[in-house]
Amino acid sequence: MADVMTHKDPFFTPRRRRQLVSVLLAALSAIWVYPLVWMIFASFKPNSELFSNPGMIPDAPTVENYVRAWREANISTYFFNTLFVTVGSVVITSIASALMGYVLGRRPVPGRFAIMGLMVFTLFIPQGYTIIPVFELLTKLGLGQSLWGLMLATCGHSIVVFTLLFAGYFTQMPKELEEACRMDGVGPVKTFVYVMLPLAKPIIVTVVVMQSLQAWNDFLLPLVITLANPAMRTLSVGIYSFKGENFVDWGGMTAASTIAIVPIILLFLFLQRYFIDGLAGAVKG
Amino acid sequence: MTTLTLRRRLWLSRIDYLFLIPGLLIFGAFILWPMLASFYYSTLDWTGFGENAKFVGLKNFTDLLHDEFFYAAFRRSFSFMLMTVPIQMLLALVLAIILNNKLLKLSTFFRAMIFLPVVTPVAVIGIIMVLLLSPFNGPINGLLLDTGLVTRVVDFLGSPTIVLWTLAVIYVWKWTGITLIYWLAALQTVPDELYEAAKLDGVKSWQVMVYMVMPIIAPFAGVIALISAINALNVFPLIQSTTQGGPFFSSEVMEVYIFRTAFAPASGQFPRLGYASAAGVIFGLSIIALTIVQAILMRRIRRKEPTHG
Repeated sequence: MADVMTHKDPFFTPRRRRQLVSVLLAALSAIWVYPLVWMIFASFKPNSELFSNPGMIPDAPTVENYVRAWREANISTYFFNTLFVTVGSVVITSIASALMGYVLGRRPVPGRFAIMGLMVFTLFIPQGYTIIPVFELLTKLGLGQSLWGLMLATCGHSIVVFTLLFAGYFTQMPKELEEACRMDGVGPVKTFVYVMLPLAKPIIVTVVVMQSLQAWNDFLLPLVITLANPAMRTLSVGIYSFKGENFVDWGGMTAASTIAIVPIILLFLFLQRYFIDGLAGAVKG
Repeated sequence: MTTLTLRRRLWLSRIDYLFLIPGLLIFGAFILWPMLASFYYSTLDWTGFGENAKFVGLKNFTDLLHDEFFYAAFRRSFSFMLMTVPIQMLLALVLAIILNNKLLKLSTFFRAMIFLPVVTPVAVIGIIMVLLLSPFNGPINGLLLDTGLVTRVVDFLGSPTIVLWTLAVIYVWKWTGITLIYWLAALQTVPDELYEAAKLDGVKSWQVMVYMVMPIIAPFAGVIALISAINALNVFPLIQSTTQGGPFFSSEVMEVYIFRTAFAPASGQFPRLGYASAAGVIFGLSIIALTIVQAILMRRIRRKEPTHG
């Protein structure tokens, strides 16, 4: 990538330029993650120090905030609620979208284009538009006050995107796969489980990762469902309510926040590639 | 095979239909049904779950037309979209072009850093920002005062005139990482040979960008703009967890308005579920209209330039 400058000025070799760009990017990255890093450091400061010490590093580091958040502010309950909703919705969503994507992507089923069209039409529906009927439906089913209801409704968010991802992927696979299975006398269910699913591993991981992120960070739905039932709160809602209820305990809040972000950031850092692939696939499709 | 009757084909596909059941149940219950039900609910005078609802026809809609809070929230939602989407797309594009350079060794690391706010729960971002931007000894105000950029503390989230801009900056910070990934995916469709050929021919790098790369990634711009625009209209979590629409409703966007009307009315008032549904219907239809307009525009553009995409 040569530029006008490089021809005139031997000081600005492409390599030097890259080093300069790296330094600038490093500075930008530092500014970018500063709020998160600041919060993690703040969670080790006692409440008295939080506002009096403007520096990042705590003078007297303490885990007191974590103990208080975990025990007294019910963060332990919220943590396990979130874990339950996340794991459950990941399992259900991946199975349901893989099955549906497989059929819509490569089975000559009458009506599949109608279903596809209907799904694409609903792709951009805002959550604020569906939240009232979703809550009403859960109440009628007797699930309005249970974590199971929250888990099921959480499956709804991205099922369309995931199904389309699976469908797109399955369409590209060679047609001979099923024929070979049929010749060998393998039934359709076994074909799906032992031949198709293993081949779709990259999409499965992508869906698992994206749904984990979605479920872990979800806000409007758990907020509405737990309005009357604080014991069912997820971490996001718990932290939000923490702010309203114990508005002086900022140390506890930052500790609770750190507890909420650590699992999802670890998941992201280890499975980064799948986050990126999943998102990139959404644009290309 | 082609002459099979429909009945026979349905019967042959019975296992496929079985496969569809779980997905269709979720889709039907949590997407399709709510879409349809919202229309029905929007015609009701309904003061709470479990309460009796009364059919009032289109009264909710006519009332909404005279509700200045609704107007303000509706306009604000779209202003917020216009305030964030262009900056976010431009910033992400510049970063993507820089990070797409294969010789840049730490590219993946920088990408991960920019992406971190995307995976952070919005409720947590709410806490961080309220603390960082606090007018009472908050670190950002401290920094601004120390460097002399301001002479008085700025109440970033408490002043009706600047709150929406503050939220726009926080929003762009949170979501640029995702737009960056979209642009990178678009840039990956540009063949490496193109850069090499251009280099051999002595074409300057900005010329490569403007005349060769831009036309290739242009069709993606429409999709990315659409996704970003819709995302910016669904900004409920960020606003609810920082300002809850305040101060004095000055950051109340559509979804916050719907939430307040349906689930968190001011004390002494009843929830108005039918009314909120009607607001939701208008908002949802506007978004669908936006999607359709965008799709038509993109198809027109593509037809004019059939060589690309």
